[in-house]
Amino acid sequence: MNQVQWVRRVLKPAVFVAAAVPFGLLVKDIFGGTLGANPVEEITHRTGFWTLTMLTITLGVTPIRKVLRLNALIRLRRMLGVYAFFYAFLHFTMYALDRAVFSGLGLTVGAIVEDVAERPFVTVGFTAFVLLVPLAITSTKGWVKRLGGKRWQRLHRLVYVAAIGGVFHFLWLVKADIRRPVIFGAILTVLLGYRVGVWWVGKGRRQRAGHVVAAGASS
Amino acid sequence: MRVPVLIRRPPEILSSEITDEGLFLNRRKFVQAAAAVGAAGVAGSLLRPKGVRAAEPGQDEDKLTPYEDVTSYNNFYEFGTGKGDPVKNAHTLRPRPWTIRVEGEVGKPTTFDIDDIWSRFPPEERVYRLRCVEAWSMVIPWFGFPLADLLTAVEPTSAARFVEFKTLHDTEQMPGQRRGVLPWPYIEGLRMDEAMHPLTILSLGVYGKVLPNQNGAPIRLVVPWKYGFKSIKSIVSIELTREQPRNTWMVQAPNEYGFYANVNPEVDHPRWSQKRERRLGELFKRATLPFNGYADQVASLYAGMDLTRHY
Repeated sequence: MNQVQWVRRVLKPAVFVAAAVPFGLLVKDIFGGTLGANPVEEITHRTGFWTLTMLTITLGVTPIRKVLRLNALIRLRRMLGVYAFFYAFLHFTMYALDRAVFSGLGLTVGAIVEDVAERPFVTVGFTAFVLLVPLAITSTKGWVKRLGGKRWQRLHRLVYVAAIGGVFHFLWLVKADIRRPVIFGAILTVLLGYRVGVWWVGKGRRQRAGHVVAAGASS
Repeated sequence: MRVPVLIRRPPEILSSEITDEGLFLNRRKFVQAAAAVGAAGVAGSLLRPKGVRAAEPGQDEDKLTPYEDVTSYNNFYEFGTGKGDPVKNAHTLRPRPWTIRVEGEVGKPTTFDIDDIWSRFPPEERVYRLRCVEAWSMVIPWFGFPLADLLTAVEPTSAARFVEFKTLHDTEQMPGQRRGVLPWPYIEGLRMDEAMHPLTILSLGVYGKVLPNQNGAPIRLVVPWKYGFKSIKSIVSIELTREQPRNTWMVQAPNEYGFYANVNPEVDHPRWSQKRERRLGELFKRATLPFNGYADQVASLYAGMDLTRHY
């Protein structure tokens, strides 16, 4: 079995199942009544945590496959990204239900609008979620074709913005203990720093190549 | 004036004599029926919302929060910052032997042994709402005695204007203090008239049992009209002072937490609304009441004060 086959037949199904485990546990705890004293808060926190975790892992795919020269890992990226959106969707839905339905005021969509407008950590979190929506929609093979590889890739760079937004969303909501958001921030800095590094080195090469061509043309 | 939901004041209670929870709950049922506090019963889980509620839930429905929730959902950063951390980690606390030093602007500075406190200040039951600054709330049957009784015993001088409380500072017993999440030890404070108010108690137990470690054993403050963080846990020192104490959360984030911290639906936390709250066990939020519903008893303490400035 070559690398591609191994990823396709073994690793990808395994990751698919593993990434669903937090959701499975959540469902189990909801039906078992074992979410603790504040189930709404617990669901919101867990789904938020797993959104950031999935986003971070998704952004880790490219650096890992390049550093370890395991190109076939690219086949995991889209699935992980869709999982990130899945958890973000659950997170947003729980938040929206809490604000608009469980508010005790009857259905109040206005409460969400007000919250998004007034509270920076909600504004940032909501923006990050909205940015993920077009990425989730265009995650299908058909959309990749329709947009063309280059344009699709450019669009999907929005995930960088969403991930940074997600980390700030987390950082700004905690009361005093910033350890977990800082850990996410540090990992994200490394993963995005890697990309900046690659781009920087590539730019230098392109420039040098340009000089060589120019020098060749003048001689 | 021993107004609030006072149920009884036994002459003396040793921990060995404390009613077990089953008996306690039966007694509660009788008392609740008599006092029309509200029907007993455990609140529904998330999947069993208790029917469709009127838009404005009845504020008089103050059912006791189940013992399990009271003792497993705690903010006690000395044992970790997650709500479930204290119940897991607080076993390292040794609530006995324990002494509390009461000093400062007093005629008789005294070091009390916790067992002496039990015998000198016999606890009574007080059912109070507890409103956390994070917009959730509980209803808890405390077992405690008026802080005023303890303060009177040490004879405050006329210079005493404030009371400063300190939690134990011991990284062996409180491993959460190894991280600088907050400046340790935890400090809280009250104005003298707040401290002497009959609603303000020192609690030694919940649900007729000795305080579990995660709830602030062996002795903690309960000030029901203020946000929960004022009700400092595991107290080792009480000092009567001339100056206003610098309480921990105010030091940590002065734009978010003040000295008074009275429950006030009109003054939002900078990052979230304080207008409504989730009573643990309920799906639909309820309106937060000024002074957590104790306005009749305490609003006069703040007459003429701008509570948006003194938050």
